[in-house]
Amino acid sequence: MTNTPKTKVLVSDLAKSFKMHLRDGLEIPVVSGVNFSVSAGECVVLGGPSGSGKSSILKMIYANYRCQKGQILITDGDEIVNVADATPRRIIRLRETTIGYVSQFLRAIPRVPALTLVAEPLMAQGVAEDEAFERAGNLLSRLNVPERLWQLPPATFSGGEQQRVNIARGFIAHYPILLLDEPTASLDAANRAVVVELVEEKKTQGVAMVGILHDHDVRDAIADRIIDVTSFASAA
Amino acid sequence: MSLDIQSSEDFPLLQVSNTTKLYGGRIGCKDVSFDLYPGEVLAIVGESGSGKTTLLNCLATRLTPTSGSVNYRNRMGQMRNLYEMSEAERRMLMRTDWGFVHQHPADGLRMTVSAGANVGERLMAVGARHYGNIRDTATDWLGRVEIAEDRIDDDPRAFSGGMRQRLQIARNLVTAPRLVFMDEPTGGLDVSVQARLLDLLRGLVADLGLSVIIVTHDLAVARLLSHRILVMRHGHVIESGLTDQVLDDPQESYTQLLVSSILQP
Repeated sequence: MTNTPKTKVLVSDLAKSFKMHLRDGLEIPVVSGVNFSVSAGECVVLGGPSGSGKSSILKMIYANYRCQKGQILITDGDEIVNVADATPRRIIRLRETTIGYVSQFLRAIPRVPALTLVAEPLMAQGVAEDEAFERAGNLLSRLNVPERLWQLPPATFSGGEQQRVNIARGFIAHYPILLLDEPTASLDAANRAVVVELVEEKKTQGVAMVGILHDHDVRDAIADRIIDVTSFASAA
Repeated sequence: MSLDIQSSEDFPLLQVSNTTKLYGGRIGCKDVSFDLYPGEVLAIVGESGSGKTTLLNCLATRLTPTSGSVNYRNRMGQMRNLYEMSEAERRMLMRTDWGFVHQHPADGLRMTVSAGANVGERLMAVGARHYGNIRDTATDWLGRVEIAEDRIDDDPRAFSGGMRQRLQIARNLVTAPRLVFMDEPTGGLDVSVQARLLDLLRGLVADLGLSVIIVTHDLAVARLLSHRILVMRHGHVIESGLTDQVLDDPQESYTQLLVSSILQP
């Protein structure tokens, strides 16, 4: 691995607002003039109070939200892709190989067991089923999800168990860019420590990370830089 | 043969341009254009009467569009306009390259012949002749859609709604089609049966690398199965894009209304 810092994400002049048609076209400004970059092996944390637009920025990088203005450049191997105007097919390919997203909430799929949910991103990257399941099991163990739950669909799990399944699903595969949307909210201290370890491991692998973390201990442990999102507040 | 398999994913399988269907003066669907790539699942959503099924039927050659063209890339890599093909060619395509899963299984199955024959019939249509092989393949497919082996000789009238729908799916997929059209495949099934069917479809689509165009009014079904979505209203496509983007950050007034109308269990 090279030591030269390499930009993986470059966000420039990004702006987002919501137009609420059901409320007479009310325009709700979220952020504007968002500028920052993230290098390989670096974890950048977005700071600011609730409602300041942190999640919206993360979702725009993942192309889950659209943006009205600006660009989001992603390094994908030898290519640079602008997420803000990439085709759906290109985004889907990026999400398979390049950008991962760890969210707070698990979208359980009917009948699919926890172990399969966790192994899926690996299999999508071409890892053999046996190996994918083995690695999924190891990660679930590390996150203290009891083995008796692995073959059950997580829809009926407790909130904390679902969240840990989701963290395992988010961390299992290698993505050069990883987005963390409050992965430690409502976890106990032991599991928070595991997440901190996982993030450190990703850093040594050169993964560029952008995160939202309200937990101060975790934030101090993993953040290389904190960006204050309130500086991007739209003039309302 | 100069078919370049490696790059075939870079070309659309289906190219739809300005497809329009008018019923007299009324619009069925108007000026619909999109490309569908191999392995892509496209959902067409919208409320009843929005033109979803009309569009699907125009694409699947079950209705003749008033204007516009639909081009399909055949196994030789040639783009062919469906409506310039002969009736025989189109029928051959329906039997070999395509599948069509109807909302009502009775429309897609032969209700008076056995489950095994329903599946075997499609195989024979593409040239299978050996009885033992046909029966083995049929048994294998019934297993994949979770129909017990000892039901192979029963006819679908003796099956529940969910089983009939799974049988219809087996009948469609047994010939390894490249493109499958689905019209509300989970409509009318109760939720647990629907969950089983969705899980099955999700697995099969991923394993077989199928291209699918699925019409549904259920946004949860669209989210679970599709990569891309077209939102239709009054026969027009009013919004389209990546499925989760359209559902989580809808831009158009009507899409916002649709998304906000979902009941959360």
